[in-house]
This record gives sequence, C-alpha cells and structure tokens, in this order.
Amino acid sequence: MKPLIELKDVWKTYYLGENVLDVLKGVNVTIDKGEFVVIIGPSGSGKSTLMNQVGVLDIPTSGTIFLEDKDISTLEESELAQLRGKKIGFVFQQFNLIPTLTALENVILPSIFQNTPEVVRLKRAKSLLTKVGLGDRMDHKPTELSGGQQQRVAIARALINDPDIILADEPTGNLDSKAGEQVMEMLAELHTKEKKTIILVTHDTNLVGYSEKTIRIKDGLIVSISGGRSSHKNGKK
Amino acid sequence: MIKDYIKIPWKEIRRRKVRSWLTLIGIFIGIATIVSLITLGQGLENAIEGQFSALGKDKLFITPKGGTFGGLGSSEVLTDDDLDVIRSTSGVKRAAGMGYTTGRYEFNDIVRYNFVAGIPLHPEERALIGEAQTWHIGKGRSIERGDKYKVLLGYEYTQTTQFEKALDLGGKIDINGIEFKIVGFLEKIGSPPDDKSGFIPLDTYAEIYDKENELGYIIAQTDLGEETGKIAEEIKKDLRKKRDVDEGEEDFVVETPEQLAATFAIILDIVQIVLIGIAGISLFVGGVGIMNTMYTSVLERTKEIGVMKALGAKNSHVMALFLVESGIYGFGGGLIGAIIGIGFAKLVEAIFLIAVGPAFLLIEIDWILVLGTLLFSFIVGCLSGIAPARRASKLHPVDSLRYE
Repeated sequence: MKPLIELKDVWKTYYLGENVLDVLKGVNVTIDKGEFVVIIGPSGSGKSTLMNQVGVLDIPTSGTIFLEDKDISTLEESELAQLRGKKIGFVFQQFNLIPTLTALENVILPSIFQNTPEVVRLKRAKSLLTKVGLGDRMDHKPTELSGGQQQRVAIARALINDPDIILADEPTGNLDSKAGEQVMEMLAELHTKEKKTIILVTHDTNLVGYSEKTIRIKDGLIVSISGGRSSHKNGKK
Repeated sequence: MIKDYIKIPWKEIRRRKVRSWLTLIGIFIGIATIVSLITLGQGLENAIEGQFSALGKDKLFITPKGGTFGGLGSSEVLTDDDLDVIRSTSGVKRAAGMGYTTGRYEFNDIVRYNFVAGIPLHPEERALIGEAQTWHIGKGRSIERGDKYKVLLGYEYTQTTQFEKALDLGGKIDINGIEFKIVGFLEKIGSPPDDKSGFIPLDTYAEIYDKENELGYIIAQTDLGEETGKIAEEIKKDLRKKRDVDEGEEDFVVETPEQLAATFAIILDIVQIVLIGIAGISLFVGGVGIMNTMYTSVLERTKEIGVMKALGAKNSHVMALFLVESGIYGFGGGLIGAIIGIGFAKLVEAIFLIAVGPAFLLIEIDWILVLGTLLFSFIVGCLSGIAPARRASKLHPVDSLRYE
C-alpha cells in the first residue's frame, strides 16, 4: 500500500542574517492512511517545523513531500491552501477560533473556502457540534466557552470538510487533565471509528499511549520510530 | 458565498466599535460636506433658473444695488421717479415697477411665509409684469383698478399643499393680519416661488408693508429690434443723472435676465468648486484613516489570518475579506454622509424659508448624486484597503500562526 504522506530527505533551512539554521536535516518519514502517529520531541527539536511540512503549511528547502502520490513541494500557495482545506483538519494548542464568530460559524468557516453549498455545510456543522457535545452551545462566541469546549469546537471545525488527516499540535497543552483526556478520547475515536489518520505533535510523553506509531525527533533528526506499519530512516548529510 | 464574505468582515467591524466609528467619521464628514454642498448649490441654481426662465428676452431688469432678486435686503430703493426716467429713455417701449416681500399667509389655522407682490393696476403695466413672469389667469380675474384688499393667488393655493384645503374663488385669506378677498388664481407657472405667491395692488402693498414710493424692481421692455444690452447702458446713463451718481458708483443695477442668471451661476460654480475641493481633501484624509485602520487590523489579526490559511483560505480569500471590510467602511461612511448631507441641506432650506423667503433654495434630492456618492465612497474604501489587504493576503501561514 502506498503511504498517505511521504517525506523524502526533507531539509528546512532558515537564514537569519549571516546565520544558517538547519531546522530539519534530511528527514524521511512515511505515514500510512488510518494511522495514529505521535511526533514527539523537546522544544527546539524541529517538531513544529516538521508538522508544518506534513500539514502543507510550508514547503521544504529541499527534498520532496508526497501527499497521496502528489508532490506538494512544487505547488503554488493557492494550490497548497486548497489542498490543506480539503485533506487536512488542524487542531491547535491555543484552539485558534475566530473570536467574532459563533461556535457554529467557526465550524463552518473552512467549508466556505471550499465553496460547499450553504445547506450542506450548515447541516454538517450542526451534526458535528452535536457529536462533540456542544449542540446547545452553537450560538456561543469562543469567549463564552471553556477551554475544553473551545477545543471541541476546533475538532468539529477540523472535520467539516471531511479530511483524511487530522493534524493536532499540542491539543491538550492548554487544557486541564480532564478536558485534555476528553479531547484525546475524541481523537482516538475518530481514529478507530472513522478511520481518520491522526497526527499528533507533542512534547508530552503521556500521550504516546494513544499512538500506533511514535516518531521521536531531536535536533532536526528523527532519532527513533517505533511501532507502525512501514519502515523509515534519517537522511544522511 | 458573497454573503459570507460580507458577514465575516461585518462582524470584525462590529468587534471594534469605537475604532470603527472613528474611521467612519473620517469618511462621512467628507461625504456629508460634498453632498450638502452639491445639493445646496443645485438648490440655489434651481431657484435662480426658475426665476429667470420666467422672464422674456426683450426685458431689462433694474434693481437697487446690493439687493438680491426682488430687491430684498437692500438699503437703496427705486422710486416712482426712477420709473419715470426709465420710461422716457429712448428705446424703452414700456416699464413697470413692483414690490416684492415675504408675507405671512394664514388660512385654516396654518401659517405660511410666501412672497407677496405689489403689482401696478394700470392694465398695460400689469400686462408687462404678467408677460415677463409668464402669468396666465387660470380662474377668476386679475386685480383691477378700484381693488384694494383683493388678491390674485398663485396656482399652489388651488391645491392642498399650502393649507391642507384648496382655497376658493371669492373666499378669504389673511395676509399679514389683513383679510383679503380672493378674486383669481393663476395657472401653474412652474417656478414654485411664483406659484406660491400672492398678488395685491401696489398701493395696498405699500400701505401694509410701509413701502410708500419704494419699488423692489422695475421691468423695462425694449422696442422691437433693439439690443437689450445697448438700452441697458442708456438706462444706466439716465438713472445716473437722475440719482446724481458717477459712473462706476451706481447704486442700482441694470441687467438682462441672461446676464443675471449667468452671473449667479458663475459665482455659485466657483464657490462650489472651492468648497468641494476642500471637502475632497477631508475625504482623502478619511481614506487614509481607513487605510490606517486596516493596517492596524491586519497586524492585530495576523494570527487569525494564519488560522484561516491553515483552514484552507487562499490568498484571494483573505484579500477579499479585507477588501470588503474596507469597502464597508467606505460605503457605510458614504451612507451616513449622504443622509447627514441631505438632512443638512434640508435644514438650511428650512432656515432660508423662514429667514429670507421661498425663492432662494429649492432642495431636491438627487438620487443619482446619492447613488454616485455611495459608489464613490465604496471605491474610496476599497482603494484605501488594497495595500493592507494585499499585505494580509501575502502573510505566510507558518509565520502568522506563530505571531502573538
């Protein structure tokens, strides 16, 4: 089976004045469809940069990234945006809901950029909010919701375009342990019941238990990959 | 789809109420000024045109200097002797003088301030004035010799516009506290101040308003084939002699209707252009205000822009959201400005009506002007938003997501 995402010898280099900073130093990673992957590493390890590459938010300085056989490292910004909107749902540490919009409007937002018909997206958004247990909070603004509720809205938002991949960046980082557990349960359920590919980026080793595959990254290099269905290795400079 | 691209920016504008209002003020002051100036200027021109179009081409128009049309507001007066001098000027076929002032009409417990004209009773003089003003008797008769407290009313009095009830021939109307019998009505002239006027005998006029031997203006008709400009010079010469003033220091004005209308129009145009230019600067400043607000907004929402991009917003989507936002500022400012501008013009009209009389300002709401203003201010808003919107759309998703 072809992997869903494949990174081949991916380098990301930042030029800060005269300093050249290699944040990713030739990373090779494959993620299969339906996997629950945790990318774990200390801060400054390059895990966020890796997530940005996997999430199609950025293109590598060198190397290639395939998303379902499509080389995304050559795409235009608007094509990347289109692809992100359709294939990937983001869940952020700080929820990142739009403060002026209600829960329902926040959930609908990504589908507006995909030109989904209004009737379809409204119905879907309502059913998603009901599913995450916020059926009675649809018209609340983010400030009127608790952190846990906001993150559940964010999960519903990530699902509105029915993406294959859910990319969660420290989703429990700003939540108390109970709310964090709820969010993790929700992600696990999306994995088991809806066969979504979940990519979780964290520095919290307690979350490793949810994953099928754990990718450890340090200093821009993959130090270990455990579990999972396919093989992988670091590139050599 | 379009609805969403209006709704999201609209909510953004409402989030920052104070700043949004401040931004709007910048625009609507400029727009209100422009709209009220154009409307007032148009209103003045309407009134002037209405007055002058009534006069024929072979007519000359003599007023005391410093006076406006009808001789209102002048310290100088024309007298019956002046009229005689004009009559005896060669090339003048006939001449007639009349008085004009604002009168207080009362009927059906309603008070109206409209013009009262004192007109001569000599049939030929009366005819000249009637001709110059293109009067036609619609009902009843004109005022005639022997009439004292009789009035000939303009067309509007046969309608319900003035006193909620139409007036009848033979009925009574109170003018400045004196009861007048209505002997006739004019046909519609088409110039509202004239159509709202009442015409009473010159002697009665002089008595009521204490204007003995005071003529507001004199109309002279030239002989057939004479050039009005040349005769005007002749009249000036004769009047100078009679009134004992030097050339260039005349205390009276002789003009043809075209000259008068043209003079007014030029002055009006210059004043309007200057004022609209100044208002244009304030609108430009308003546009800069929108730009400033939008730049601040882009900066504050950098992270939101990053989020939207992560959620699949293309550059063009972000650009559209910000452009609509600045366009709403422009359109909203234009809308408020147009309302205030027209309201202000109407207020000035009302003040003029009470203070000076009905002939000076005829405010009509020009819908093309209103629509044009809305479109223009929307464009100003959009133009001001282009640079900030472009900056927003070019933000890199990763950098903006990291922005705190």
